Amino acid sequence: MAFEPSAETLKYIEDVIARYPQKRSAIMMILHAIQKEAGFLSLEAQEWVADKLELTPIQVREVVTFYPFYREKPIGKRHIRVCRTLSCALNGGYKVCDSFKEAFGTELDAISPDGRVTVEFAECLASCGTAPVAMVDDVLYENLNEEQVEAICEQIKKETPAGEVAGTES
Amino acid sequence: MFSVPKSTEIHPSERRIILKHADDPEYDISIDCYTRHGGYDVLKEAVANRKPEDLCQEVMDSEVRGRGGAGFPAGMKWKFLDRKSGKPIYLICNADESEPGTFKDRQIIHKDPHQLIEGMMLTAFATNCALAFIYIREEMPLGAQILEAAIEEARAQNLVGENILGSGYSCDIIVHRGAAAYICGEETGLIESLEGKRAYPRIKPPYFPAALGLYMCPTIVNNVETLCNVKHIVDMGGKNYAQIGKPGNTGTRIWCLSGQVRNPGYYELENGKFTYGDLIFEIGGGLREGRTLQAVIPGGSSAKVWRAGERFTGKLKNGEAFNWGIEDVPLDFDGPMAAGSMSGSGAVIVIDDSVDIVEVLANINAFYAHESCGQCTPCREGSLWMKKITTRMANGGAREEDADLLASIGDQIAGRTICAHGEACSWPTQSFVAKFHDKFVEKAKEDPEKAKVRPFRLV
Amino acid sequence: MSETKQNETVTIYIDGTEAEVPAGVNLVDALESVGKEIPHYCYHPKLSVSGNCRMCLVEMGTPGRDRATGEPLLNEDGSPKIMWVPKPVIGCATNVSPGMHVRTDSESVKSCREGVMEFLLVNHPLDCPICDQAGECRLQEFATDYGRGYSRFIEQKNVKPKRTRLGPRVMLDDERCILCSRCIRFCEEIVEDPVLGFIDRGSYSTLTTFPGTQLDNNYSLNTVDICPVGALTSTDFRFRMRVWFLKETPSIDTESSVGCNTVVGSREGTIYRISPRRNDAVNDTWMPDSGRALYKAVDSDDRLNQYAIEGRPVKAAEAISVAAGRLLEKGGVGIVASGRLSVEEQYLLTLIRKELDGPVPTYLVGRYGEGDGRLLSADRNPNVRGALLTGLIKTLPEEKLDELVSLINEGSIKTLLAAGEDLCSAGIPVDVLKKVKIIYMGTHHAECGQYSEVELPILTTFEKSGTFVNQQFRVQKFAQAVPGPADVLFGCSTFTKLLEALNPNAIMEPAPAAVWESMSQVVPEFKGMSFSSIPTTGAMVSDERFAQLPFVEGKGLHFEPKTALAEA
Repeated sequence: MAFEPSAETLKYIEDVIARYPQKRSAIMMILHAIQKEAGFLSLEAQEWVADKLELTPIQVREVVTFYPFYREKPIGKRHIRVCRTLSCALNGGYKVCDSFKEAFGTELDAISPDGRVTVEFAECLASCGTAPVAMVDDVLYENLNEEQVEAICEQIKKETPAGEVAGTES
Repeated sequence: MFSVPKSTEIHPSERRIILKHADDPEYDISIDCYTRHGGYDVLKEAVANRKPEDLCQEVMDSEVRGRGGAGFPAGMKWKFLDRKSGKPIYLICNADESEPGTFKDRQIIHKDPHQLIEGMMLTAFATNCALAFIYIREEMPLGAQILEAAIEEARAQNLVGENILGSGYSCDIIVHRGAAAYICGEETGLIESLEGKRAYPRIKPPYFPAALGLYMCPTIVNNVETLCNVKHIVDMGGKNYAQIGKPGNTGTRIWCLSGQVRNPGYYELENGKFTYGDLIFEIGGGLREGRTLQAVIPGGSSAKVWRAGERFTGKLKNGEAFNWGIEDVPLDFDGPMAAGSMSGSGAVIVIDDSVDIVEVLANINAFYAHESCGQCTPCREGSLWMKKITTRMANGGAREEDADLLASIGDQIAGRTICAHGEACSWPTQSFVAKFHDKFVEKAKEDPEKAKVRPFRLV
Repeated sequence: MSETKQNETVTIYIDGTEAEVPAGVNLVDALESVGKEIPHYCYHPKLSVSGNCRMCLVEMGTPGRDRATGEPLLNEDGSPKIMWVPKPVIGCATNVSPGMHVRTDSESVKSCREGVMEFLLVNHPLDCPICDQAGECRLQEFATDYGRGYSRFIEQKNVKPKRTRLGPRVMLDDERCILCSRCIRFCEEIVEDPVLGFIDRGSYSTLTTFPGTQLDNNYSLNTVDICPVGALTSTDFRFRMRVWFLKETPSIDTESSVGCNTVVGSREGTIYRISPRRNDAVNDTWMPDSGRALYKAVDSDDRLNQYAIEGRPVKAAEAISVAAGRLLEKGGVGIVASGRLSVEEQYLLTLIRKELDGPVPTYLVGRYGEGDGRLLSADRNPNVRGALLTGLIKTLPEEKLDELVSLINEGSIKTLLAAGEDLCSAGIPVDVLKKVKIIYMGTHHAECGQYSEVELPILTTFEKSGTFVNQQFRVQKFAQAVPGPADVLFGCSTFTKLLEALNPNAIMEPAPAAVWESMSQVVPEFKGMSFSSIPTTGAMVSDERFAQLPFVEGKGLHFEPKTALAEA
């Protein structure tokens, strides 16, 4: 099962490679683009990137597995990342995380049974002054309390249909 | 195009230079708005009428110290640059803002991106950089988009890119997105990451960025806030800038107050004109209803902790004797240093009496173990070991000997690693155990069942 | 290490004691040069410096100078004031400079080593009794020398894959891996085949290959050699023998003209492994995997270990006497010798040839393959140059002996002495062979053996001592690792006995030293040399006489072909 990015992503990748003095430098930007499109970085996708940058596949996987914001497995349709680090924890970050988990009846780092979300802890999101915070996909939610978490979850449920996540079949 | 919530209140004690416009409801991130407020005038003047070496001298005269954490004089950093190598020189803006407790660069990037770009272009011009990068953490995806759009705008007006304003000087800026690794805040780890590898910090010697940085070329790595300061230094002149704050601690600083305090937030204050007491109890509104202070971490979670009530005594560089409580420590670079800790990235974390101090350390240790790159032995193994011990302690398995064991592990890491992550991961343990030794020992006497029903967890 | 500074030295002070060390080297190598060890794991002299293990931390100081005047700072007693670096430094990344002071035995250094040892062991399984590395494990050695001696770790150890097959010849136990990255750097820097890498982060970092790829290059076993612990093991060697039982014998890899220096590990007459022996002018610390398997030929089923006449087992003396008789008959003798024979054996063949009548056409069987640009050259014989130097042959050998076939067909050859080569593989058709009497000398049964009148077994490289001359014209010694088959004459006795049978006055002691005494009188390049004077790293001899020969070797690790110009 060979990997192939969309024409649009491919164009972006070509552009991004051209920006850098050395090709290999483009790897993180390319991985972001592919992950955004494919949902995760499959081994096939990693091999494709290796080929593109004239690297060996392990050199790509070394990078993929080093940085927590890259993933090799699919996640739920929406990505909830609750800040775990000190200032958020001091203001109830763990509770916020529990509330998200309960709202979707799910475990940490797993796709929720309805396929809607994956709840994760992230380390410091650099918004400690508005702790506790969480990111839903790319959007930051600040000063969270139980009511707000509930509202966010309702919103997610309204916007996002339940159902199987692509890439998790078999 | 993008909107970020603005702080409605600016504390009267603040002296806003960097964040002058950031929270103005009328101010937006477009280049038009920026230029309307005098933006890019400094760059235009500089490329037209000033010599790069003059700009370097201004920065030297300003005595501005790096705002990323180490507080190293920026002018000196530039001076170390190997200009004779014949290789291209690179500039990297460190926007990885990753020290827990820090959220100042976020404000600049989200609310006034052109100020950073102008600061970078001035720095690039001053140091004859061939290409500049902004390494931005992926926890701020919006920030990356804002910066890319802003650079595009600046490029369209010939403020970035080829032959800037007809000066003959060319330099582009590339926005490079990280992917959530604290270690990329370490400049050589960042460089490796930017080269497309695991962010393993390099050994120094020989790999000092000023000589052997990105692609083994001379490289300057400066923090977002530092680069913004460059704009104001060039604008007002280094000597005038040095009048702000106090000698050796010039300029303003954006302090990030967080934790268990009434008014957390960012406050741009003139260096040395306030104390930690002013920041926590006056500007920050003090502790919450019914709470008393337990501890303060004065400069990001890696800084050594202060226990409420402790006294710091000694002599300052000028010979003056001091006897401070936490509330008396000057809010600058040298004050916290004299008090056995550091101002680091300017992140002050307040801890009240509602939490178990062992759990606080367990939370911090979990962070540093998670973020250890794993390259060198003491940090890799020591940080995880300390995490395992403190987690066990928090979960009801504390032993009396754990306190001394923790301290000894910390001692076996600090000063023996490739990069400062060794210190970052061991200073919390060393200081928490030393200052709260009684609490760590008492933890062993606690009923293990109690740990199972913690309504409020930190780990 | 800078080449230009090779012969310069500097004075440094190790724990207060003055020492002369080579200039431009790091502290680990500098101290090694004066017999002092700085313990280390990740540093390897032939790989880039990574500095990750932190085992080589030492205290270091340099003579101070006044910042303003540049004048040396002095103590009250007039001695140079040493400015000690406040933190310990890693020896592997600290180059020596004149007057440098190093402390390797201070409390601080002791504490550093104790700390690193403890950290390395917290997640390392304590399974030395079942670990193949035991006995040659750096972790084990340094734990004894520098460790605390007891464990303070009561937490759960990290769990990682225990038995990963990295490739056809290398197994990995990730729990034992101390993440020193030597194997990764080796693959990247030496073989340029970066198939190994770390995945995940921190203490959970795990050595692996990308799924579906493997470590299968012909140098993969070098990763096992340089692994300081029991993480990487050889599929061939693991669990077969405890290393402390192995007798180590210096030898030479015979698979090509590179002549990698090797160590043969044997016990009670059986060889268990071959590993590289450091020679900075030939193979550094490396060798190809293919050369490590050669010992298997020693005990193979097709081993020739019986003297025979017409297939009938006889005593050595009888076989040699019959062979000599046949060789002395008039009517033309040809010699087919081997580039795998030692210099001594090749020289003895020239002496044998002298005793024969008329011109004796002599051939070597060429073996050619593709060079890999490293340690496997295009000439797959280890000792063609030996045959040239001794005068056994004058031109480079060909793979097929077509000229000899013509000579036989013309009737000018009646007897063939095949020394170490199978005439059938060398391209002589059976019907042609049937026209001549054949004396076959060999280590193994060969197809031509069945058409031979006399079969004389000889010894493999592992069973005798001697020399080869490699592509650089470097004479390299090898020593006997194991005894030969029970009934086979020792050393090069089969050759000396045959010589003696041809001419009772031509007596030569069957030892390399004696053969060298004779050779040094005859071979101009060997003038003044003796077997014992050849260093373990070999001795270069002149190649001038052969400058016109179109040698086939291309560029290799420490080899630049001289014929490259001619080719171009």
